[in-house]
Amino acid sequence: MSESTQTRRHTAGLFDIRNVIGILLGLYGIILTLMGLFADKALDKTGGVNANLIGGIALIVVGLVFLAWAGLRPTYVPEPADEAAGQQAA
Amino acid sequence: MDTIIHANFVDYLIIAIYFAAVLSIGLAARRQASDTIGFFLSGRSLPAWVTGLAFVSANLGAVEIMGMSANGAQIGIPTVHYFWIGAVPAMLFLGVVMMPFYYGSKVRSVPEFMRKRFGTGAHLVNALSFALAQLLIAGINLYLLGSIVHALLGWPLWVALVVAAVIVFAYISFGGLSAAIYNEVLQFFVIVASLLPLTLIGLHRVGGWDGLKARITEFADTAPAGAEVATASQQLHSWPGQALSGFNSPVLSVIGIVFGLGFVLSFGYWTTNFVEVQRAMASESITAARKTPIVGAFPKMFVPFITILPGMLAAVLVPEIMQVKSGMEVAGGASGDVKYNDSIILLMRDLLPNGLLGLAITGLLAAFMAGMAANISAFNTVVSVDLWQTYVVKDRDDAYYVKVGRAATLGATVIAIFTALIAGQFSNIMDYLQTLFGFFNAPLFATFILGMFWKRMSPAAGWSGLLAGTFSAVVVWLLSLVDIVTLPGQGTAFVAASTGFVVDILVSIVVSLCTKPKPSSELVGFVYSETPKSHFRDPDEAKLPLLKRPVPLALIALVLVIILNIAF
Repeated sequence: MSESTQTRRHTAGLFDIRNVIGILLGLYGIILTLMGLFADKALDKTGGVNANLIGGIALIVVGLVFLAWAGLRPTYVPEPADEAAGQQAA
Repeated sequence: MDTIIHANFVDYLIIAIYFAAVLSIGLAARRQASDTIGFFLSGRSLPAWVTGLAFVSANLGAVEIMGMSANGAQIGIPTVHYFWIGAVPAMLFLGVVMMPFYYGSKVRSVPEFMRKRFGTGAHLVNALSFALAQLLIAGINLYLLGSIVHALLGWPLWVALVVAAVIVFAYISFGGLSAAIYNEVLQFFVIVASLLPLTLIGLHRVGGWDGLKARITEFADTAPAGAEVATASQQLHSWPGQALSGFNSPVLSVIGIVFGLGFVLSFGYWTTNFVEVQRAMASESITAARKTPIVGAFPKMFVPFITILPGMLAAVLVPEIMQVKSGMEVAGGASGDVKYNDSIILLMRDLLPNGLLGLAITGLLAAFMAGMAANISAFNTVVSVDLWQTYVVKDRDDAYYVKVGRAATLGATVIAIFTALIAGQFSNIMDYLQTLFGFFNAPLFATFILGMFWKRMSPAAGWSGLLAGTFSAVVVWLLSLVDIVTLPGQGTAFVAASTGFVVDILVSIVVSLCTKPKPSSELVGFVYSETPKSHFRDPDEAKLPLLKRPVPLALIALVLVIILNIAF
């Protein structure tokens, strides 16, 4: 998206929604990978597939993609942020 | 206590991480600690993919996951009509035709639109029925939320309901809702991340798509006649969808689905549901607002593969669901007896190892909580602003109405516990939900669409059409209760909705012809013929590349959905 030219602006940083998605999915990916490696694999349930491991690795990859996207094409926030900020309830 | 799902420490950790994340964003947003959050929430420059996902996700609660999987377990593939006939065309129509009216008229709620187009009568009727609908739908979300708490912890359903209600109330009070757009987008990914493995593992277990077909065929052929299991070919093909509509004749079934579900119910739902439309209203320009539902249509098209398919898998993998489908009564489940609504929870129990299980529970909890919170906040707004401030106590300061809103939130949460008990009576939650939509959304859509394109439609027609439409839909439903109209599946809901729609249109036309219309000058921005074309035009649209414009995108989506319809 092309932002209108603002005099002062900064990147959205941690609260960029892509970073939030990336961190959360990445964290879940790590937990699942560890579960896949060390915990009960419950192969009788999954039909012989280590689902936690595969799912975990996939989540780490997706998480990294989002972090990379946010890092490579950051969103710029105009300053000062818009007056109605935070009042959007629904 | 004996629980349905055996969660361990890691599963609870995954749940805790999610709610810690959502609540901390909510708290930060409420304190306005970060202008960045305000920026994202005010949505002024939210890219279309974010609002599009939020748009789909706002609806990815009760309706999608539990209802669609329950339907998938019961009748199979025809359930896809809820997506490919019952959602995508309406979303495209909303983006292409309706959104300019909403965005241009700057209304923020359906009742507000009603007041400006038709005046106070229609406003009052609509505000009351909208508030009632939100309470009933909040009950569905609460029921599903409670059923998960029950499955996890083994508490009796009513205790689980009360606890779930307290949690939702806390969630709203702690500002979880102010992070709604974050929450919805996060929720979308968590749900996909949990339902996709569930579907893949299930398919792996039955030997792929062919294995699933073979099992469903075998099940349908051997099921006892008394169970009225749909034939295998009905369960495995989307058209003519007799198992869904309940009509014996294939031709009537197609008409019922296309008119009842595809036109009346789905257009009524998607074009007048402001919980969703608000997502689009928040975007930066009229073009972005129009693109929101259109972009949302793409993920929406593929949601059935992770909601309906698990239901179908549950019907051949989960012993309890297989027994239910054979017409047996099985003890267990959320409400004492196993119902189709329990399909997905039981499938998770049987297929997911701890870890993925936690993720799956997180996705469900998040969806129902956000869904119920959205219902309750919509109720809160309508009661405090549209009803209390307009008709009961006028001209007090804002703090007073905030207090009224808070009381309404508390009241709605308590009432939802009781409407949840009503929802629990239905073995397939979709039957109930579509019935409600038939009562409330179908007449509303009729009034909207007639009011938008017929300037002669008078204020008196506005409210009388709504009342008559809702009343006639309720009558059809009552007739079905005493077995005068008998259609299995969601056929009754389709007929009730269609009746409500047609009666609304007829009454509106007759009343309009006998009463005085509003002067044309008051209809600018609300009636198509009275609104100058420039009102809708976005000067920046022409600068966008072809594939980023709303109409070409909508055409691509339409072609895709037609291909999907032919393929299945």
